Amino acid sequence: MSTDNVQVERLESVFSCPMPYEWSIGLYGSRFFQEIKQNRRFVGIRCKGCGKVYVPPRRVCGPCFEELTELVTLSDTGVITAFSVVNYPFIDPNTGSQRPIPYTYGYIKLDGADNIFSNIINETDLSKIKVGMKVRAVFKDAAEMEGNIQDIKYFDILG
Amino acid sequence: MDNAAIVGVAQTKYERRKKDQIFADMVFDVTRAALDDAGLGIGDIDSVVTVSNDFFDGRTISGMAVGDACGGEDKNISTVSGDGTFGAFYGLMRVLSGYKATIVVAHYKGSEGSVPITTNGMFDPIFHRHLGLDAISSAAIQANVYMTRYGIREEDMAQVSVKNHGNAKNNPFAQLPMDITVADVMKSRKIAEPLKLLDCCPISDGAAAIIIANEEIAAKGTKKPVWIKGVAHCCEEYFLGDRDLANPVALRDAAKRAYAMAGIKDPVAEIDVAEVLEPFSYMEPLWLEGLGFCKPGEGGQLIGKGMTTMGGKLPVNPSGGALSANPILVAGLARLIEAALQVRGEAGARQVKNADTALAHGFNGPCGQSHCVWIVSGKK
Repeated sequence: MSTDNVQVERLESVFSCPMPYEWSIGLYGSRFFQEIKQNRRFVGIRCKGCGKVYVPPRRVCGPCFEELTELVTLSDTGVITAFSVVNYPFIDPNTGSQRPIPYTYGYIKLDGADNIFSNIINETDLSKIKVGMKVRAVFKDAAEMEGNIQDIKYFDILG
Repeated sequence: MDNAAIVGVAQTKYERRKKDQIFADMVFDVTRAALDDAGLGIGDIDSVVTVSNDFFDGRTISGMAVGDACGGEDKNISTVSGDGTFGAFYGLMRVLSGYKATIVVAHYKGSEGSVPITTNGMFDPIFHRHLGLDAISSAAIQANVYMTRYGIREEDMAQVSVKNHGNAKNNPFAQLPMDITVADVMKSRKIAEPLKLLDCCPISDGAAAIIIANEEIAAKGTKKPVWIKGVAHCCEEYFLGDRDLANPVALRDAAKRAYAMAGIKDPVAEIDVAEVLEPFSYMEPLWLEGLGFCKPGEGGQLIGKGMTTMGGKLPVNPSGGALSANPILVAGLARLIEAALQVRGEAGARQVKNADTALAHGFNGPCGQSHCVWIVSGKK
């Protein structure tokens, strides 16, 4: 056996199989997706402590450490508070397929909510997108909905 | 707080792909180097904290795989799955609770997994992951919020990249020492608006270790002890949409408490050098605002005013920072190690003259969800 450790080829071991998971969406997450499917609009939840309306709805207000129970019906519109046109490829972990680039990631304040919701904005031309623009959610057809976040196709800029 | 000191430090050189080393090899190297630096033997160490992340390593309970390499045999090992500054915090807590000396080791190999997929894994799988949110696209959103709020120009952010890559030329551990100009940054490839290639950290491999000890062991070591004067951390909400991304409130709180513990009233006047974790150029000015070095919205002007450059009133990231090497988790520990080297006067070509009080900062989570601030000094 050679005693030369410098010239030894370093090998690699490759794993490429996925690690599957089955996450529970929980009560309020399920209400959120069911509201989209049944009424094509969003639902949030109000904190009794600070009055803040969160979307998507969840059980606890972090700052108040209060249990949330009061669901609040919202519409399907909002305002862009920040965005980024993304130019590098991304493998969607839900589907394993690659999203076409560029795409625009939006940070959207839904009307009637106090926190900010994240989704895709259907515009990649930087001259046509600005913070403060109104947007409206575009949902899948009801028959195609699966009760997950992909039931929202994207947000269209209004006007 | 009882006195405790950093008595030994070590880092690997940070590189894009360390093909010749497995995790445990890197950890073994920095563990031995930190002991040598301290003038201690493994028998002087009675507590071990490892820093690693299971998604990044592709291994469940990843810390266990490096236990032997960091001298953990017969000792109490726990793992912090977060930035190295938090691992060091836990190491300090152990010393304060009665252990004599804790070695804290951190490792990361960005080259072995898919960074977009592992950092996408930080986000909620039901509402956010499918959007493509990862370390870069979430940072792009934060940059957009911050720059829109204060009218900050992309050129102001580019100056951070120019400064830090330039500083990296003085750091033998850095991955990307570069002479670049603002124009080079501006014309580099758009990654995610407004971030360009040279606004973003590289993918890095590397490891680091520090030894935190009580006074008895500090007296036994061979190097000048670097005393821990103040340290605090604080966390805010998980969902990005629940936070004001242009106002790092958790950092403000952590800094306030670390300064109070260290007796610092005027941070700019009393701190000689700062190492902050800035994997993206805009983060350095934003964190400097959170650290109270300037008013909100003014962070982008500090380089132009000459304050944070080498030779300035308060040099920031003489090492080149995370823009010049970003082994995730290790990168925060590297900031603390760099701060310790500055206080010892052993920072070589990147030494800030007469540095006695240094600040180190690290964070966990997307867009700085949780921050940890350290103040260290040569004076007990």
